[in-house]
Amino acid sequence: MTTPLLELRGVTRQFGALRAVDGVDLQVPPGARHALIGPNGAGKSTLFKLVTGSMPVTSGTVALDGSDITKLGEAQRARRGISQTLQHSSLFLSQTVERNVVMAAQRQPGGNRHSLVPRRQKATRDRARELLVDVGLERRSGALVSALSHGERRQLEVAVALACEPRLLLLDEPAAGMSPAESGRLVGLLKALPDTVTLVIVEHDLDVVFALATSVTVLHLGKLLLTGSPDEVRASTAVQEAYLGTGRESLFLDTDGPAGLDVSRSEQGVS
Amino acid sequence: MSAPARPTTPAATAPAGGSSAVPGSRRSRGRAPLRAVPALAVLVVLALVPYFVGPDETDILSRVLIFGLFAVSLDLLVGITGLPSLGHAAYFGVGAYTAGLVAEHWTPNAPVPVLVAAGAGAVAAVLTGWLVVRSDGVFFLMLTLAIGEITSQLALQLDDVTGGSDGLFGIPTFRIGGEPLRLEGYRYWYVLAVFVITFAAVWLISRSPFGLALRGIRDNEDRMRSLGYSPFRYKYVAYVLAGAFAGIAGGLFAQFNRIVNPSDAGFALSAITLLALVLGGAGSLWGPVIGMAVVVVVRDYYGPDLGGHGPLVLGIVFVIAVYVLPRGFAGLAGLGALRGRRRGAVSAHATDPDDPGSGAVPGTSSEERPA
Repeated sequence: MTTPLLELRGVTRQFGALRAVDGVDLQVPPGARHALIGPNGAGKSTLFKLVTGSMPVTSGTVALDGSDITKLGEAQRARRGISQTLQHSSLFLSQTVERNVVMAAQRQPGGNRHSLVPRRQKATRDRARELLVDVGLERRSGALVSALSHGERRQLEVAVALACEPRLLLLDEPAAGMSPAESGRLVGLLKALPDTVTLVIVEHDLDVVFALATSVTVLHLGKLLLTGSPDEVRASTAVQEAYLGTGRESLFLDTDGPAGLDVSRSEQGVS
Repeated sequence: MSAPARPTTPAATAPAGGSSAVPGSRRSRGRAPLRAVPALAVLVVLALVPYFVGPDETDILSRVLIFGLFAVSLDLLVGITGLPSLGHAAYFGVGAYTAGLVAEHWTPNAPVPVLVAAGAGAVAAVLTGWLVVRSDGVFFLMLTLAIGEITSQLALQLDDVTGGSDGLFGIPTFRIGGEPLRLEGYRYWYVLAVFVITFAAVWLISRSPFGLALRGIRDNEDRMRSLGYSPFRYKYVAYVLAGAFAGIAGGLFAQFNRIVNPSDAGFALSAITLLALVLGGAGSLWGPVIGMAVVVVVRDYYGPDLGGHGPLVLGIVFVIAVYVLPRGFAGLAGLGALRGRRRGAVSAHATDPDDPGSGAVPGTSSEERPA
């Protein structure tokens, strides 16, 4: 059996009396398209932070490609190939779209980030433009991020994350607030990523989840409820109960009819 | 000095990959040679000044350039990297004393004292920055303030080396090839040459990939960490570079003024330079030089005629400037340069068309983390 690219063992994060993430064991094989779902407050975003290192674990270990990275800081983990998009956008609002991508791309090998004099960073800029074309923002490359729409910012987040040339790409609700056309484009882009990029995605829009994911993990109240194929997850009564408890049963009834999801999607877009 | 050497027509810079839609970046690159024109014009005017004004005015202009250079070094720290130091004069002082001692005991020949002063400023920043740069917000302010005060106290106490409260005096002025520069105009030209070279260096750094990373750290340190940058390293290098450039300014000052005393490393200089940054517009590099020109002219040129009320006038100028020009003098140029930019840009207040995030001194803006 191959080494899992990401392996969590007994990962726990405690906030005072609350265990936001409680003893989660998870293995994500290389090249996987793995989705993390669960009702609000299930601990999905916290789990992401524990993987990226922006928050330390209370106990448990995180391993990337077989090596323990629990003790490493966020920047070190990023350099090992963990990249993310955040639920709440944290782009450089006062810089241009292209520079946001260049900022990430110049960090990569061959990107001369240490240069103290201006260079014609042709390779870096070409890479940035390629990525902007991929996410559909090429017409906005000279605009300031503060002038972008919400959907455009999410697209830019994805371009920046890809510019880090990740081995493991964590996407926290990448489609939140996107129009159906935009999220369709995003799914296409993510599907086209090479196998060398392993995806873990948190998403409420189950159209996106089931279009992309080859395996799904359900979190509930910080605990891992179930990991399985999309079909297994859909069929699971335990999962249905977890969602029923939060009044979101409709999410699971209409997964085949895109039109049926419109209500729930707009609901999620607000959150 | 801002123009790339080869001509860049829009067609030549368009990517071959057929993407025809990068108007913003292409246009600004095509305009780069044009943007160098004002800089060259200013340089020519500055070089010709001694032919048209008297020695007193030339002397004041030299001071403007020396302290302007110091303001530029502080701007690298404050405007570009987002580290509002209250003790930057420490490195100016270290440079000044070093150059004074070198000129007196070794050689006053250019450019030795200035180069040694740059090294001394850098070393001082290496030693202190290690601690200072790790701190944040109000702790950063307190630590830099302490370093400034400790440095000027040391200058006072170590009187065997520094001359104590009398300071170093009778420092030999600049020499080139063993020949002392006696005429005010020659001294001015030497100061101008060092100013231009150093300013160009800081300007290049601010436009480099490293400089872009510094701006990123200024705007959002956490984000940079998630992109794989280690902010501490970048801030530390920036701190050391700023220390070296401040050392150069101090080195020029020692041989120009021929007297250095402990107050030249003290809080008053740091404070007045921060004022120049606010006045001129932090982050633009050239704005602070203009701000410093106002400060120096009011304090040193008109000051004597005002019967000791120079600081009062300065205070009034400062208050007016904060109300009338919230982003300093550079904000005025920023407005013009941005007019042609894409609409929707909310950065009309920025001081630098290349860096719309510039303009605010960190700590004076409500967007900053609580200090």
